[in-house]
Amino acid sequence: MGIETTYRDALNQSIEEEMLKNPEVFIMGEDIGRYQGTFKVTRGFVEKFGSRQDQYNYRILDTPITECGFTGIGIGAAMAGLRPIVEFMTMSFSILALDQIINHAAKVHYMTNGEVKCPIVFRGPGGAAKQLSAQHSHSMDGWYAHVPGLKVVAPATTLDAYGMMKSAIADDNPVIFYENPGLYTLKGVIPEDQNFTVPIGKSQILKEGKDISLIGYSRMTQVNLAAAELLAKDGIDAEVVDVRTLLPLDTETIYNSVRKTHRAVVTYEDWRSGGFGAEIAARIQEDCFNDLDAPIGRVGGLNVPMPYARNLELLCIPSEEDVVKAVHKIG
Amino acid sequence: MANKADYKITESAAELEEHLRDMLFIRHFEEKCNRVYREGKAGGYMHVYIGMEALAVGWMKAIRKGYDYVITAYRDHAHALLLGTPPVAVLGEVMGRSCGTAGGKGGSMHIYDPKNGFYGGWGIVGGHVPLGAGLAFAARYRGEDRVCLNFMGDGASNQGVVFETLNMASLWDIPCVFIIENNEFAMGTRLEYHASDKELWKRGLPFDIRSERIDGMDVIQMKRQATEIVEWCRKEQRPAWIEVMTYRYSGHGAADNDRQLYRTKEEEDLAWTRDPIARLKKQMMELGYLTEEKYDAMDEELIEEVEKIYIEADASPHPEPDEVYDNIYSDMKPEMGH
Repeated sequence: MGIETTYRDALNQSIEEEMLKNPEVFIMGEDIGRYQGTFKVTRGFVEKFGSRQDQYNYRILDTPITECGFTGIGIGAAMAGLRPIVEFMTMSFSILALDQIINHAAKVHYMTNGEVKCPIVFRGPGGAAKQLSAQHSHSMDGWYAHVPGLKVVAPATTLDAYGMMKSAIADDNPVIFYENPGLYTLKGVIPEDQNFTVPIGKSQILKEGKDISLIGYSRMTQVNLAAAELLAKDGIDAEVVDVRTLLPLDTETIYNSVRKTHRAVVTYEDWRSGGFGAEIAARIQEDCFNDLDAPIGRVGGLNVPMPYARNLELLCIPSEEDVVKAVHKIG
Repeated sequence: MANKADYKITESAAELEEHLRDMLFIRHFEEKCNRVYREGKAGGYMHVYIGMEALAVGWMKAIRKGYDYVITAYRDHAHALLLGTPPVAVLGEVMGRSCGTAGGKGGSMHIYDPKNGFYGGWGIVGGHVPLGAGLAFAARYRGEDRVCLNFMGDGASNQGVVFETLNMASLWDIPCVFIIENNEFAMGTRLEYHASDKELWKRGLPFDIRSERIDGMDVIQMKRQATEIVEWCRKEQRPAWIEVMTYRYSGHGAADNDRQLYRTKEEEDLAWTRDPIARLKKQMMELGYLTEEKYDAMDEELIEEVEKIYIEADASPHPEPDEVYDNIYSDMKPEMGH
């Protein structure tokens, strides 16, 4: 039993259900109302909840194109106890709001020694979509996962998108909810039980294997699953570890997998140099060195601004072939 | 300026005495902070309110304390004290002690007391301005009649996010009073060197926001005008943008020990003739509400009170090492260790 849906619609349904349950949950962002969001995650919300243009109703709040300002207003509202969801049209635009997210949202709980909470979700597509080129293709996940005070989730499946959004909205801390645009049309099944949640901070094994651990998150988990199928043809039984949450990082699940397979390749779409996969690889090296039979492999995006031409763009984004190559390289 | 030099004082002797006491207390408290810093018992950045007392006193008497929201930048001791934060907790925070408002984790720039409506205490110039609008937005969202006093310096009024916030505050009918504490300097940069038009009050006009410039060196007028503006904002559910003219006699921060780099001694002497405390003292004496002896006694009493506050704060320990991981999150600790 369950409902067949897509990653996009699972997010839509999850947010809608939480907004119906709790009048203090609202969503704000550029063109999320009548326009229904650039990636249509907020489709149908204006009809259900009304819009600011019709009445004094702030639940579906179309904002001016001023990311820093509206993010700050959302954070202030969260400090007063509301539970805002801030949509960034793309995570690339959240760069304009970094001061508000890092200097304000991520700091207020510590600077007040716990007196002021900041229950807010920052969500939107991050990573390459299709030929959006250099300024619209940033993976901001690793940048945010660097910041104490934030939680960062990057679900790879439709079920997790649904369940983790519920956890993010319920969380009393600022949560970055990273949605790779390549996942929006991914199909999946979600439960009929509206109280279903997927906890923040727990990784999962999506495919068991004994020869090597492919460790990734968000769209790269799907790439790793495809790579595992290719590897099977070569007789290599890969285990796919879906990290799901970058901060806090569930190292136990990752370590247990590495201790079983004795080999690991970490994959991420962000620029290879200094990306979050490097952090995962470093932790495995620190804590599982004696369990490893080979160096840890790493697959990341090319260290270039995203080019427009489709052939160059595809070259930059790691594919299942790149993952397979990395597996063979570490031997 | 909306103020008139001559006006009839209708406030009671008791009310004026409270104004005087509040301003004097802040001045002595801030002078003590300066000494504590010089003695090495406080560090980092510390900014005192000496010269600007009438401004905070006037506005804090205009709101419903503990109900309305107040937020400001890093020159924040006075706002907290006037809202009812225990002075020992304020000075303790300045000194990085566990009795401080944030247990020593915030410091002088980050004083908070949400139970009394005080939401900081922020260090990025202009960065807190959208937060204040967000607090007021929450009130509007819930249909409450709280307002937010959103203080910033003249330097902050140049930040892009402030203009972004004004646009949304007007667009969404947010009951927020934006108050520019114009003390004529953005750190050491004089107003005419940082603002293309020195009349900062005009910056609210393009957003269809009620915009005014008023005098912040006269506590009686300050309180009267603040009260009118706050109640207008509450009733109309609209923002206001108010430039309040003031002056800080102290340096920008405790580390600013050569004010002659950016202003002359003569200019400071002239500014001292507008001292809000001396002004109220004179007004009260003319009305027969105060004598030199009574003033001196009050002065002595407040100096002693501040000294007691210091002794109590100084007795408080520094935070325990294992507290370093506390309250980064509401429900977990981060990865530990170096």
